[in-house]
Amino acid sequence: MKKYNNIKATLALAKASFRSIMRSPSAVVFTLAFPLIFILVFGFLGGGGTHIDVGVTPGSDVNNPVMGMLEKTGMIRLVKDKSKADFDKLLEKGNVDAMIDVHRKVNSAAYSVNVVYTSASRDKGGILKSVLNNIFYDKTLKPTVAEIKESTITGREYKTIDFILPGQLGFSLLSTGVFGTAFVFLSLRQTLVIKRFFATPVRRSSIVIGEGIARIGFALIGALFIILIGHFFFGFTLVHGAATVVNMLILATMGVIVFMGFGFIISGIAKNESMVPPISNIITLPQFLLSGTFFSIEAFPSWLQPISRALPLTYLNDAMRKVAFEGVGLWDVKFQIMILLLWGIGIYAVAVKVFKWE
Amino acid sequence: METKKAIISVNNLVKKYDDFVAVQGLSFEVYENEIFGLLGPNGAGKTTTLEIIETLRDKTSGEIIVDGFSVDKQAQDIKQIIGVQLQAAGYYPNLNLIELIELFAGLYGANIKPMEMLEKVNLQDKAKAKYKALSGGQKQRFSIATTLINQPKIIFLDEPTTGLDPQARRNLWDLIIEIRNAGTTVVITTHYMDEAEQLCDRVAFVERGQIIALDTPDNLIDQLVSSGFERKKEVKKANLEDVFINLTGQEWRE
Repeated sequence: MKKYNNIKATLALAKASFRSIMRSPSAVVFTLAFPLIFILVFGFLGGGGTHIDVGVTPGSDVNNPVMGMLEKTGMIRLVKDKSKADFDKLLEKGNVDAMIDVHRKVNSAAYSVNVVYTSASRDKGGILKSVLNNIFYDKTLKPTVAEIKESTITGREYKTIDFILPGQLGFSLLSTGVFGTAFVFLSLRQTLVIKRFFATPVRRSSIVIGEGIARIGFALIGALFIILIGHFFFGFTLVHGAATVVNMLILATMGVIVFMGFGFIISGIAKNESMVPPISNIITLPQFLLSGTFFSIEAFPSWLQPISRALPLTYLNDAMRKVAFEGVGLWDVKFQIMILLLWGIGIYAVAVKVFKWE
Repeated sequence: METKKAIISVNNLVKKYDDFVAVQGLSFEVYENEIFGLLGPNGAGKTTTLEIIETLRDKTSGEIIVDGFSVDKQAQDIKQIIGVQLQAAGYYPNLNLIELIELFAGLYGANIKPMEMLEKVNLQDKAKAKYKALSGGQKQRFSIATTLINQPKIIFLDEPTTGLDPQARRNLWDLIIEIRNAGTTVVITTHYMDEAEQLCDRVAFVERGQIIALDTPDNLIDQLVSSGFERKKEVKKANLEDVFINLTGQEWRE
């Protein structure tokens, strides 16, 4: 009898699983579409930092160099064509950050600029002040703000995308690992696909490893896609170029392996497919919100921070940001990797207990 | 059936679940190259028995030898020489038939051409279709194709014709007879007696986990007749299924 080849069986399963994942709408949506939508939204929202809405007072001159220069900064959006009463309301609520009124001085080539700020938007008013100060030398606006502008510009520019992308990448890996694995193993078990596999000489380990290879492969393709789109379309910073990408993919692999453990646990606990999403959400949502996906965890109240610091995604996000933006090597994020590893050991210890084949 | 060499021997098989004895002391032999039928009502223990022989389920006690291999110690060897069609089993989602056959070829470590396997069960036109999109008869034929990938010595078919229309059922019988004629032993469960009568060389009746009769369909019928049994209604030369087939035609509707 010909010797049975476990590697061939494992690879056949990996290939089948990969094909299946690529054709599964939910996998593609969770891994690619969701993160890309967030990146798109934040990429456009935050591409140049803050936007300041400046209302143009009705009756103001609009064809003057001042407004032209303001628009050229890319930071200031001029709001026109509204009545005085509308603007007053918007200004009061802070929906418009300031009002500008430009008039040519009588018998002179010079312009007179009248700016009204609102206490509802002090910080943006401050920025506008400094912008105006920078582009327009008017004695009445110059004092007190000249130094602020100079002191805020420090170091490498940290763009919104540099924060958002690693967070979205981490979330993508989390959903692929958790939802994908949980659904696949539950449905394979329920539709007796696994039972039919057991009637062939394949080993159980081949089934798990084959499925794992396919999922990791899919997650890495997704990660690469997200990183490249981020880099080329939104200027995501990759300090050492390709080497940074490789390091990020290595981190992604570790992340998805750990997160797949959650999926194995859920597939064991869930009695049917409709139980998968709620249980998965219990695991993914807190991490989505608390692991620094959108906001730095330093922004959370101090009682919440210890919870954030207990979650595995926090450490994956942290390591990703350090590798991508600060350009550190994998050895420099060994602490984060170690925590992920500890989580991995814990998760798989539980998974081995609760996972069901039949 | 001149040689009558046993390829499967089941000896005093017992399977207990927590508080329920599904199989109590079954013994029978399946001969090489025959179509052997396990008949009986639902819950009689047919599927349990089959799955124990297929090494998918542990037994409580008893001895089973499949082509010289023991289910206790040589399950891996048995898996390589049997083909299994499960009742109501699904297939890997999102794959077409060719891809599914490729997957099973990998699982069995067999070098086969997927298209040839599909031709054997006359599904070459459905090569790019998904399993879910097949009709009932096509699904069963595909399941049978997956049992043939490793060129098994024995195939197990668990209620392959349940839910099929008469044409698809007859078509499947032809396929099963072809497979037997090609040298494969077939073990089949069914609760259609006309099917067992037409298809099986020998049948065993299972009731409450025990075999209550085992012989060729002919002998079993003769025994009943000689005991003085008579049908209440006079037997006609055709039955309603003959009428159905005659009216709707023999060709497949798939």
